[in-house]
Amino acid sequence: MDLKYKLGILIAIIIIIAYLTFIPSTNYERIQIAGSTSVQPVAEKLAEKFEETHPNIRINVQGGGSSLGISSVSQGITDIGTSSRELTAKEKVGLNEYIIGKEGIVIAVNNQNSINELTNAQLRDIFSGKITSWKEVGGPDLEIHVITRESGSGTRSAFENLIMGDTKIRPDAIVQSSTESVKQAVRQDPGAIGFVSLARMSSDVKALKIDGVAPSEEAVFDGSYSLQTPFIFVVKGEPQGIVKEFIDFTLSPEGQAIVKEEKVVPVR
Amino acid sequence: MTKYEEFLIEKGLFITAILSIIVILLIIGFIFKEGLPAMESYGFLNFIFGMDWSPSDGQYGVFTMIIGSIGITLLSLLFAVPLSLLCAIFLAEIAPKTMKRILKPVIETLAGIPSVVYGFFGLIILVPFMRVQFGGTGFSMLTASLILTVMILPTIISISEDALKSVPHEYKEASLALGATHWQTIKNVLFPAAIPGIITAIILGMGRAVGETLAVIMVAGNVTQIPNSIFDPVRALTSNIALEMGYATGLHYNALFATGIILFIMIIILLVIANYFHYKKKVVIGGGYL
Repeated sequence: MDLKYKLGILIAIIIIIAYLTFIPSTNYERIQIAGSTSVQPVAEKLAEKFEETHPNIRINVQGGGSSLGISSVSQGITDIGTSSRELTAKEKVGLNEYIIGKEGIVIAVNNQNSINELTNAQLRDIFSGKITSWKEVGGPDLEIHVITRESGSGTRSAFENLIMGDTKIRPDAIVQSSTESVKQAVRQDPGAIGFVSLARMSSDVKALKIDGVAPSEEAVFDGSYSLQTPFIFVVKGEPQGIVKEFIDFTLSPEGQAIVKEEKVVPVR
Repeated sequence: MTKYEEFLIEKGLFITAILSIIVILLIIGFIFKEGLPAMESYGFLNFIFGMDWSPSDGQYGVFTMIIGSIGITLLSLLFAVPLSLLCAIFLAEIAPKTMKRILKPVIETLAGIPSVVYGFFGLIILVPFMRVQFGGTGFSMLTASLILTVMILPTIISISEDALKSVPHEYKEASLALGATHWQTIKNVLFPAAIPGIITAIILGMGRAVGETLAVIMVAGNVTQIPNSIFDPVRALTSNIALEMGYATGLHYNALFATGIILFIMIIILLVIANYFHYKKKVVIGGGYL
C-alpha cells in the first residue's frame, strides 16, 4: 500500500509541474530583435533597461548575423533587425535604418612589434598574403602570421568590406572563434596580426595607426578613423507603437549612455 | 493488486528504456533531414571530396576537414595508447595500495576538467611553446593532438584497467605456479586475455577525440587546407560546425548539418569495429567472460 501512496504523490507532482510549465503566461507585448552578433550585447543591455521601465513589454534579442537580421525584418518575421554593416541598395528597399552607434575596428599586433603604423593598402596586401614579412613594411625580419575570425563573424565581414574589397583573406590564415582568442593569439606571437573591435581592446596587444590615425572613441565619432562600422536597427516601414517607443529610447540620451557603457561609440 | 502494480512498473521501465532510443532516432532523423538537401544539391562526391570550403562563394567541400579530424585523432592515439596502457598495467598489477589511492582520483580528475579549460591551457601555454620550438604559428595538428592526448588518457586508462582486473585470478595463479615471472605473466597471460576490453577502451578514447570540439577550435588553427606536415594548422569536422553554426543560413546551414552526417558515419564505423573486436576476441575458457 505504501508504494501506491508514493506513486500517487509522484503522479500528482508530475501533473503540477506539467500544469506550471504550460500555464498561460500573462499577456506581455513582445518585441522580436534578431541580427548581428556584434550588436547583440548592446541590444540586450538596451532591452533590459527598457523592460525595467516598461514591465508589460518583453524583448527577445537573438543573434544570427547581419544578413539574417535584415532578411528576417523585411519578411516580417522580426520587428527589428540589427546589422553591423551598411545595407546594400537592394536590401534598403522598404526599410528604415536607425544608426544607434558606431564601432571601431582595431588592427592589433604584438607589443614587441616595432611597427606602429600601416596604410590601408599595406593592410590589404598583408591579409591577402602578398606581403609575408614584417621587413617589407619596415619592421623586423619576421614572418607575418595572419589571424582572422570565422566567416560570418560581424567583425570579419566589416573588415572585409572596409579593407579587403574584392580580394580574399589568405586561405591559410589562422581562424580564431572569438575576439578574446584573437587577442590571446596575437599577444603570445611577436609576428602575429589580427583585428578586434575597439570595445574589446586592451593593453595586451598594440593598436596600429591606420593611414596616420590612431583608433580612439573620438576618432571613430568624428569619422577620422576610417576602420569603423555602424550598428544599425532596421525596421520595416515606419516604426509603430512599442517598437517606436523602444527605438526612441535607444536614441535618447539615456539610451545612448547605455550604448557608451557597452564601449560602443554613441552617435549623439 | 500486486499484479496490477507489477504491470505498471514493468511498462514504466519499458517506456523509460524506449525513450532514449526515440531520442536518438529523432536526432538522427533531424540531422539527415537538414543535411541531405545540401549533399544532394551540391553533389555527394563533390561534398566529400571537395577541397574548397568557402561558404561566401558557395563552395562546400569537406575533404580537408575529414583529413584534419582523422589526422588529429590518429596522432593523439599514437601518443595516448602506449602511455595509458602502461599506466593501466601499473595500476592494475604493480602499484601498491597507497599509491593507487592517490593515482586513481588524480586520473579521474583529468576526465572531469571541462574541455574549455584544456583549450585555454593549450592556447596560453602549449601554442607559444610549439611556436618557439618548431616555428610557424604554433597552431597545428600536433598541438591539438597533444591536448587531446591528455583528454583521452583517463578514458583509456580506467577502462583498460578494469579489463585487466577482470581477468580471472586462476590465469595469473596458474602462470605464476608454472614459474613465470610477474612481467612474463602480465605480458603473456593477462594482457592477451584483456585485449577485447582494451580495444573497447581505445575505441571509446578515439570516439572522444573525434568528437571533441572546443579545445580543438582553440589550438588547431582551423585552416581549411590539407596539412603538409604535423606542424600545419588544420580544421576538424566538429570545429567547422561549431565555428559557423551561429551565422549560417540557407544552403550553408544545411551543409553544416551534412558535416554532421559525415561525423555521424565516422563514429558509427568506429562503434561497429569496436563491437566486432569485442565479440571476436572474447575469451570464454575457464568460466571467465571478458
